[in-house]
Amino acid sequence: MLELHQVCKTFNPGTVNEKTALNHLSLTLEEGDFATVIGGNGAGKSTMLNAIAGVWPVDEGSIRIGGVDVTDLTEYRRALYLGRVFQDPMVGTAGDMTIEENLALAARRGEKRTLRWGIRKGERGQFKELLKPLGLGLEDRLTAKVGLLSGGQRQALTLLMASLKKPRVLLLDEHTAALDPKTAAKVLEISDQIVEEHKLTTLMVTHNMKDAIAHGNRLIMLDAGRVILDISGEEKKKLTVPDLLARFTKASGEEMENDRLLLA
Amino acid sequence: MNFFTALLAQMPDAVAKGLIWGLMALGVYITYKILDFPDLTVDGSLCTGGAVAAVMIVNGIPAPVALVGALIAGGITGAVTGILHTKMGIPGILAGILSQLALYPINLRIMGNRSNVSASVDASPVMASIRYPEQTCLIALLFCVGIVLILCWFFGTELGSAVRATGSNPNMARAQGINTNRTKMVALVLSNALVGLSGGLFAQYQSASDVHMGRGAIGIGLAAVIIGQVLFSRVRAFGGQLTGVVVGAIVYYIVIALVIRMGLNTNDMKLISALVVAIFLAIPYWKNNLAQKNRRRNSSADGTDKDPAWNRRSNHA
Ligand SMILES: Nc1ncnc2c1ncn2[C@@H]1O[C@H](COP(=O)(O)OP(=O)(O)OP(=O)(O)O)[C@@H](O)[C@H]1O
Ligand SMILES: [Mg+2]
Repeated sequence: MLELHQVCKTFNPGTVNEKTALNHLSLTLEEGDFATVIGGNGAGKSTMLNAIAGVWPVDEGSIRIGGVDVTDLTEYRRALYLGRVFQDPMVGTAGDMTIEENLALAARRGEKRTLRWGIRKGERGQFKELLKPLGLGLEDRLTAKVGLLSGGQRQALTLLMASLKKPRVLLLDEHTAALDPKTAAKVLEISDQIVEEHKLTTLMVTHNMKDAIAHGNRLIMLDAGRVILDISGEEKKKLTVPDLLARFTKASGEEMENDRLLLA
Repeated sequence: MNFFTALLAQMPDAVAKGLIWGLMALGVYITYKILDFPDLTVDGSLCTGGAVAAVMIVNGIPAPVALVGALIAGGITGAVTGILHTKMGIPGILAGILSQLALYPINLRIMGNRSNVSASVDASPVMASIRYPEQTCLIALLFCVGIVLILCWFFGTELGSAVRATGSNPNMARAQGINTNRTKMVALVLSNALVGLSGGLFAQYQSASDVHMGRGAIGIGLAAVIIGQVLFSRVRAFGGQLTGVVVGAIVYYIVIALVIRMGLNTNDMKLISALVVAIFLAIPYWKNNLAQKNRRRNSSADGTDKDPAWNRRSNHA
């Protein structure tokens, strides 16, 4: 479903700030794979997701989604295939627009924007039905500006928007990191539900090792812009945090110095 | 004549000007408020609209057709700014300044290398004239109502929503598959078309186009938008916001009439409007700072931060 082949990305090449963020990174996700992604600060997790989303062109390598080579497609063209939720709850929604307007925008992801009404008859009812299971009371606030919602509510809405039009791949970049533990758990639960319901191929970046082990069927660890661990199946199910730390040390040849990861 | 009767006698003229410039202010609203793109093209495109309309009328073309010409000419100037920004990567403000700069000689050319072209009421029938301010009010009002209705429709469509999303959060817009370069282009063309239309109507009103007629237009537009927002702060509906912009332009010209009566001139007015715009733009910033200060004081008083940013406005999560 998703194939990254020898992808390279260097920021600010030729300057003192030169930084190779992706170093011949290769990764293949099968249809229905739910992979969690961990790695220290600056390992290249966000950069990998941005490369898939086409935020900027990559320097080398190729990216295929569902068999389509998207390496040269711009960000808005790739949106057809991708659902995305970001770390910052402000990024995924338009704060000046209402809940229903945001959902209507997402319902047309990747489609041409015409001069037909922005929200069609019948869509409102659909949106209400979709919002109800979140249990956040959003179904009664369709015409409220999204800027008035809390971070957790915005993330839940962004998740819904990302899956409203079934994406080939769902990209979650630490989408619970800005939330308090209780809200984070709730949003994570909603993520699981949505992935399960639509059988979405998913990449979920997290800093929480326990979450990385508890969710999904695959665990991928990045270091210095490459995949250094890829654990799946039974092996993933039996994984523990100490295991993971030991395997990181072995794979990367250094101690895990990232306390954000350990704290989990 | 005492002060008030004299002022009252000027009202039709002030309202007519306000309504005509209200069209321009609607254009500024589209770029500045909706697209979040402070577009300085308007100082040039207003004159382009005026010049095109005046020259067409002088050449015997009916006034309504001349207005269509002004509208299209304005739209083209918007497209130029859009190309500078989206295809050449020039920052928005700079793109507008470049267009404005380039339009000066172009406007002179349109007017046959003269700094003004007179299109007198006596020579040809026009749709607006300072000689009949009451009739002008009616015509300009019709234009404003029509344009507000069209904008209400447009920004309710898929494309219009995409433009609003682009202004609100361009990253989100692209993640939803919106071509933000295209939506910016659409908004810039639409905005400057309205500015051109306003220029065309104003040239008829003052019986001439003038190469300096657009000077400071962006300031007037911003003032109208801001006055409208203050006056209509309780109105949430989009149509109400747009109406507020037109009302803001009318209020602006009534204030001008008042200020001139009190012995100041229009140039002084530009200083005053700059001050007013600056203060109104500063108010939300000051409010924010004050709120932050208070929050800091409160949280240091009891040692906890009761109000984390992500949970500020809701009790749901
Ligand atoms: N747009 C950019 N411009 C310049 N450098 C960048 C940019 N984006 C990322 N980098 C750099 O690339 C490296 C990888 O960053 P990335 O954001 O992918 O890390 P990450 O694994 O997501 O880390 P974190 O856990 O902190 O989110 C970092 O050194 C970062 O500074
Ligand atoms: Mg990151």
